[in-house]
Amino acid sequence: MDIWSQVFSFQDYGELVVLVQNSIWAGAVLGIVGGLIGPFVVARNMPFAVHGISELSFAGASASLLLGVNVVTGSLVGSVIAALLIGLLGSRARDRNSIIAVLMPFGLGLGILCLALYKGRAANKFGLLTGQIVSVDNPQLTLLVVVAAIVVVTLLVIWRPLMFSSVDPDVAAAAGVPVRTLALVFMLVLGLATAVSVQIVGALLVLSLLVTPAAAALRLSSHPVVVPVLSTVFAVVSVVGGILLALGGGLPISPYVTTISFVIWVVCRIVGGRKDKRGRDRIVRRDQRDGGAPRLQADDADHRSAAGRKEGATA
Amino acid sequence: MTTVSHPTTERTATAPGSGGPAVLELRDAGLSYGSRALWSHLDLDLAPGEFVAVLGPNGAGKTSLLRTVLGQQRLTSGTMSFLGQPVRRGHRKIGYIPQQRLMDAGTPLRARDMIAQGVTGSRWGIKPASRAERSRVDRILDEVGATAFADAPVAELSGGEQQRTRVGQAIAADPALLLCDEPLISLDLRHQRGVTELIDRQRRQQDAAVLFVTHDVNPILDVVDRVLYIAGGRFRIGSPDEVLRTDVLSDLYGTPVDVVRTMGRIVIVGANDAHDHHCDADPNAATPDDGRI
Repeated sequence: MDIWSQVFSFQDYGELVVLVQNSIWAGAVLGIVGGLIGPFVVARNMPFAVHGISELSFAGASASLLLGVNVVTGSLVGSVIAALLIGLLGSRARDRNSIIAVLMPFGLGLGILCLALYKGRAANKFGLLTGQIVSVDNPQLTLLVVVAAIVVVTLLVIWRPLMFSSVDPDVAAAAGVPVRTLALVFMLVLGLATAVSVQIVGALLVLSLLVTPAAAALRLSSHPVVVPVLSTVFAVVSVVGGILLALGGGLPISPYVTTISFVIWVVCRIVGGRKDKRGRDRIVRRDQRDGGAPRLQADDADHRSAAGRKEGATA
Repeated sequence: MTTVSHPTTERTATAPGSGGPAVLELRDAGLSYGSRALWSHLDLDLAPGEFVAVLGPNGAGKTSLLRTVLGQQRLTSGTMSFLGQPVRRGHRKIGYIPQQRLMDAGTPLRARDMIAQGVTGSRWGIKPASRAERSRVDRILDEVGATAFADAPVAELSGGEQQRTRVGQAIAADPALLLCDEPLISLDLRHQRGVTELIDRQRRQQDAAVLFVTHDVNPILDVVDRVLYIAGGRFRIGSPDEVLRTDVLSDLYGTPVDVVRTMGRIVIVGANDAHDHHCDADPNAATPDDGRI
């Protein structure tokens, strides 16, 4: 049971919790950020962008480690540059994916170069990729909270138009919603959110914070208020729970966070699967009651892909 | 560029509808890509409550016309104004009904929320909708027959249900102009009729002008006031009876076409080689047994 005691150790737990309370606060704040931005990431189909941004965030962080400047600032700079590049160059979905695929390995390579040149503690290096529970000091916590507050307040202000333009960009644009400006603002906010999340879960695992909780929430509900609330609860539980479990052992925090968030998603998926079936039954009942012909599934699929192409061309 | 002297220009002054100043005004408007002119010297006044269908083969510039109204594309010549102002990028008073595009699974909206977007979708902040706004959404849900699935996720709705919800979303903003871009495509005949009736009712009750791009005029034939037929860089405007005629369309296409009226439907024969039109392979377009007599 050696591994077991390494994975779960609760010796001197009370003292440890006090020691890392800054980290716990930081985790809770990040959970709120990830939970609120997640539904938009899913609605805008941008999980890959999150991954790309986090790799450039990693490059920025490792560069600042090498140069001996503030790591959080470095990862913020990397993130925001990546987010703006993706936002400006990749307004169409197809372009966007290839731009991300170009940027991502470049960022990762740059980061690895900086880490190889860095002569400091190896734990610092590893931590940038896979997350760490290094005691977050007070100035760092302040910076995290300020950035997180910017993200959350911006999201709340642009919430409705952003959701409108995320699910239906053409219709929103027709109604006068500034779709392009919102897209750029969202990328900026996403860059900030990614950079702060990298601090806790690491560059490789940011998706577990910015996407998994929202994906889980969307399995349970489509309610525009319930989804972000659930997603926030899931994200906070994952991060804070992960930190608390990781305290005792000497292991990185990220496996705990990712596992909790994954388990939540699995449970939601199973529960939501039943709901899907009920939804299908409802449609069949409505169709029968309306006395209509059955839907032309193949036809729908055809038009869907055609419309998708069209959207790609006009977005 | 060749321009047809359209025989019915005087109609623009006395267009059907309730009168009043034009909702949409095009003066000598033209659009071209490089040296290829889609249309030019287009004068069009869209009166409140007027229903104008935009017809023509693929690539004639029907959708481009909508894009210029939405400010997504600039006219190469002439002017266009909406409610007396130059067009800008989108407008609160424009309701846009696109081609059916099924919503992705995982869209965090119910049918009710999609219609609410028509009312509050462009508002900043998270102040909850007022009681009046919520009851307006309820009323529109009822109007478009969406009450039964008001609380179902939009991605779970059938194609026809989604399209009815879209119409609800568009009319929820009480628009002065409804822009429809092939909204009936891929709908079965029952839903085509349903959606057409909703749009028609909105323009009659709320005096919204309708600009309706379609490749098949038949589903909307009994509600259309005027037809704008674009083909080969030229166009004709007039009532369906004035435009959808063998001589007029043969002249427009520059090649003999036959406009056949049969069982209350209009079928255009002979123009298929150059483009796809009423007789194309679209399963909904020209089925002779659709009961529209």
